[in-house]
Amino acid sequence: MHELSIALSIVELATEEAERRGAVQVVAVHLRLGEMSGVSPEPLLFSYGLACEGTPLEGSSLVIEEVPVMVYCLACGAETNPPSIQSLYCPVCEAPTPQVTRGKELEVVALEIRT
Amino acid sequence: MSAQPRLVEVRQKVMKQNDLLARALRERFREAGVYVVSLVSSPGAGKTAFLERSLTALRPLRRVAALVGDLATDNDAARLARSQVPVRQITTGTVCHLDAAMVESALAGWDLDELDILFIENVGNLVCPSSYDLGEDLRMALVSVTEGEDKPLKYPTIFNSADVAVITKVDLAEAVEFDDSAMNKNIQSVRPGMPVFRVSAKTGDGMEELLRFLASRAAESRTGDVGDQLALQIDGRLLASR
Repeated sequence: MHELSIALSIVELATEEAERRGAVQVVAVHLRLGEMSGVSPEPLLFSYGLACEGTPLEGSSLVIEEVPVMVYCLACGAETNPPSIQSLYCPVCEAPTPQVTRGKELEVVALEIRT
Repeated sequence: MSAQPRLVEVRQKVMKQNDLLARALRERFREAGVYVVSLVSSPGAGKTAFLERSLTALRPLRRVAALVGDLATDNDAARLARSQVPVRQITTGTVCHLDAAMVESALAGWDLDELDILFIENVGNLVCPSSYDLGEDLRMALVSVTEGEDKPLKYPTIFNSADVAVITKVDLAEAVEFDDSAMNKNIQSVRPGMPVFRVSAKTGDGMEELLRFLASRAAESRTGDVGDQLALQIDGRLLASR
């Protein structure tokens, strides 16, 4: 489980960004989390609470937007959701789809702050 | 302090620091002309045995070295040192994966210009290493015949992050009734088009083909010349451990 080190990175990054914007309080951190990012939402939420302790972010919440995997089909040109992350093929024409266009995101997209 | 919180856009990758360091490492490797191969697998899939064979067979032909990651002990480094190439252990303590910073500090004092191929053996773990770019040129996911053909389906993210799959311990395939076509189908399902190699570090089966592949990839990435693979005359006696 590496979610704790990911949570620590999120807290560090959000603290820097909040300071730069003159925040006196961070209410929430908004995260975009891809289905194929290698990070699971539940342990991340749990770790986030721990990682915030004793930092300016203590008491803030982590809002996770999960991003499903999207693939680009070289055969028919469709950009679609594959049946699952275990079955990367095009549901339209059934060709294998090695090109993953979305679903690997692990990024802080916004902060809710009081200034 | 304002009563209502306001939403400000940020857009920062969480892995930014690791990614930047990995990019700097990749650039350093490219300038030094060293091709870097990382190995990921579950614990016990045979990474160290595979590496021991590979280092021994490549040593007379290429300047090779290895970094090996483990939570504790330097047993793997001691084992690999028998192949008489430079080896360094990275002991991660409680951390379940290697990151770019650990690789960078483990390289301290090594002259990368003196190397052709550097192997990085990650901590045995099929989950966490997928998120960490180490600056490698090629990531190999190893899976042994004893682990079950559905391993790629259980850990799709790490298999998707790899460039090559290596099925290990094929000498045991019959004893465990290994279904090669099911394993291959599952690998292709999570990473369509991924090259698959089958090896036994014990008998040496399949090792030559894989080492030729690595040597040719290394030559291609450094010089754009694929002819180099023909020059790789591997001594078959070095490929089997018994």
